[in-house]
Amino acid sequence: MKSLLDWIDHRTGICSLTREALFENIPGGSRWRYVWGSTLTFTIFIQFVTGVFLWMGYSASSGDAWESVNYIQNEMTGGWLLRGIHHWTAQLMPVLLLLHLMQVVIDGAYKAPREVNYWFGVLLLLLVLALSLTGYLLPWDQKGFWATRVATNLMNLIPFAGPEMQKLVVGGTEYGHHTLTRFFALHAGVLPGLLVLLVVGHIYLFRRHGITPAEPVIKRDTYFWPDQVFKDTVACLAVMVAVLAVVISVHGAHLGSPADPSEPFSAARPDWYFLFLFQFLKLPFFAGDKEVWGAIYIPGIAVGFICLMPFIGRWKLGHVFNIGIIFVFLGGAGALTYLAKQEDVAGPNSATYLRGVLGDTRDARRVTALAKARGIESTALSLLKDDPKTQGARLFAQHCASCHRYDGHDGLAVELTSAGTLDELENRMGMTSRFFSGDAVHPDWLARKSGTQNPWQTVQSILDAETDGKFDVIASIELQEKQSAPDLKGFATEQWIRDLLDPDQYISSRYFGGTAHKDGDMYKKFLNRKVSKYDAEQLNMLEAIAVALSAQAKLPSQAATDQANAKQIKLGIAYLEDDIGCIDCHAFGEPDPDADGPDLTGYGSRQWIVDFVKNPEHKKFYPDNNDRMPAFGVKKILTDKEIGLIADWLRGDYFKLPADAQGH
Amino acid sequence: MASAEPDTPEAAGERRGFIKFFCAFIGTFISVVPFGAGIWAYLDPLAKREGGAGDGFIKVTTLDAIPTDGTPAKFAVVADKVDAWNRFTNVSIGAVYLRLVDGVPKALHTICPHLGCFVDYRQGKNDFFCPCHNSNFKLDGSLAKGVSPRAMDALQIDVRNKTEVWVKFQNFQPGHSHAVSIS
Repeated sequence: MKSLLDWIDHRTGICSLTREALFENIPGGSRWRYVWGSTLTFTIFIQFVTGVFLWMGYSASSGDAWESVNYIQNEMTGGWLLRGIHHWTAQLMPVLLLLHLMQVVIDGAYKAPREVNYWFGVLLLLLVLALSLTGYLLPWDQKGFWATRVATNLMNLIPFAGPEMQKLVVGGTEYGHHTLTRFFALHAGVLPGLLVLLVVGHIYLFRRHGITPAEPVIKRDTYFWPDQVFKDTVACLAVMVAVLAVVISVHGAHLGSPADPSEPFSAARPDWYFLFLFQFLKLPFFAGDKEVWGAIYIPGIAVGFICLMPFIGRWKLGHVFNIGIIFVFLGGAGALTYLAKQEDVAGPNSATYLRGVLGDTRDARRVTALAKARGIESTALSLLKDDPKTQGARLFAQHCASCHRYDGHDGLAVELTSAGTLDELENRMGMTSRFFSGDAVHPDWLARKSGTQNPWQTVQSILDAETDGKFDVIASIELQEKQSAPDLKGFATEQWIRDLLDPDQYISSRYFGGTAHKDGDMYKKFLNRKVSKYDAEQLNMLEAIAVALSAQAKLPSQAATDQANAKQIKLGIAYLEDDIGCIDCHAFGEPDPDADGPDLTGYGSRQWIVDFVKNPEHKKFYPDNNDRMPAFGVKKILTDKEIGLIADWLRGDYFKLPADAQGH
Repeated sequence: MASAEPDTPEAAGERRGFIKFFCAFIGTFISVVPFGAGIWAYLDPLAKREGGAGDGFIKVTTLDAIPTDGTPAKFAVVADKVDAWNRFTNVSIGAVYLRLVDGVPKALHTICPHLGCFVDYRQGKNDFFCPCHNSNFKLDGSLAKGVSPRAMDALQIDVRNKTEVWVKFQNFQPGHSHAVSIS
């Protein structure tokens, strides 16, 4: 073995090189404060290794990027671990960089003759930040897409050639394939290449000048091996354990919903270590044309100042001044970061921000499940755009929710886990929870007693009332416009029709209380005059009619009960046609030109809803007494496909995750 | 016969000026070639002028879809899009806010002229709000409060066939006090 080693050493000099590396003198002995450089080298090693393996599964195009990252995260064996390590190590690197910088400045290791090495270090810090910035876009999710738009738009402000530079970085005027290919080339090629060169130069210069001992030097000198190597190894182990602990606890790293330039994203934020710059730009001083100062000049001056520290440090009090400035910078950045976060969770727009985060998470889960169940034919975004549960709700919120409601909201509310008690609700609304918990509740969001159909109230008003109970909570704020048309949650289900046929409910705001129909024949001549006086037998008939009418809808959620209720349905149809006489005003089974109420044939079925939304004034529905419902199809407000998506969403006719299979 | 002693490096250097110059020149030249080819291709976006066919107007919706009470509504702008090597038909390329002012439709770009975030319409306050840097715009798009250097970008609108709302959809450079179209 020794002879083999000698043979290799004779030809490569590896033994002497290793000896030279390991037996470097450390003045004053090994110290824990010297570990940061080694931990950073270790994290760079982690990023290179995991990055290359991620590269093997990543595809840099706007139609494939999210899809490939989703595949790595959710389908590939061990992909979540690989991506998680890469992501969370990247989150840790800015912390280690700051610790390393502080150690260097406090120990005066930037002073002559180490100026060049110090500048290498500053450049490395900037390179790592550039790697983080470019990596943030690569998953092509809403978060990365909108945050990177802001970052690249900042380039516009660069004097003389800003727009051209932005065009080069983005790869054109629009964000697309070439934005990703260029960012990926920077992230995986150019920047790592520069990083390697600088790290090699940094270590070479460090070895050339040796360690700057932290004062006072009280211990005797030792070699790098084994004392300092031991401390470095322990620190690297701590880094690895910390990263793995987070990766395992969150199962990888978060992936938002696919980038969509036409969908707003109220939670567009840079990664946490850029939040101070983000907040800095909100300062009124940088309003209007002064933006360039906040975005470019002042950060540039700050970096320039950091680079000048070796010269400032030559003066008598220069070193103390440098240390003070570093703490001022860090304190300022820390305060701005806190303010940014505080504004997001408790500021005037925090309800929208937090809802944006939850909505994105919901959409991301949905599209991931759809991709898993159905595969991706074209893009993940098209899966969402063609998904009734997602797109139907969005269309409802945009076109229908100014009059209608869906369970009291606009269809887009995110359902949160219920709060078991008033205390729990209050705790979840607290600042600690809003800062750190994914289960937080905003005071402006809505809640109501669990299991009831009470109107939603703001969480704050429920807390003010101090009535204990179990509460359902949704991430949604009170809508400006008052409900003036039926709440369509559960439309055409047995319960929905049962309540519709209740005179009091019919004229309540949940049904037609806000419409002209509350004064129509259905209420006046039938519900109020007759049904309100029905005896038990007649009420049983009405119940059978509700069941029979609901069966016309052929709702997926009622398939089993419809089958079980076949006998009652048959009776219900007989009552509808004869005993109760619904067909006096409604057509059923065949067209009736004299009918003045909606045709009940196929009531609540997909075709019925589509036809109704297309044209409520059609002779089948309300030819003479339509209230305000626009003819969405006839007037080309919505396309046939969009109307179909709304119908499918209302009927709960869409792919169900195990979690929402119980109802819609 | 004893071999001749080689020149010292200094002596060799003195006599070989041309060779040194040749090595430096050629070395630089052959190193620059691959970089030059790469940079030339990298500059491709500057050479491209992107402009759609026709007059640039895209049909967005119909007049009936715009709320009659003057509140704005968001509409996706759907068009064919060329993204490098792909041509996509009927995809969302952006969005606009439309509102009726005395029965006449007005269009505003949804992208904040500050740094390009998606501006929200706030029902409760009946105004526009950029969730990134808190710029606040009035319904007509003018700046009410905040750091944006200009008002929201208005887009040209054309009503065709009595009810169809066509918008000249274009993006503008953010961060400047005046709107400059990106092309």
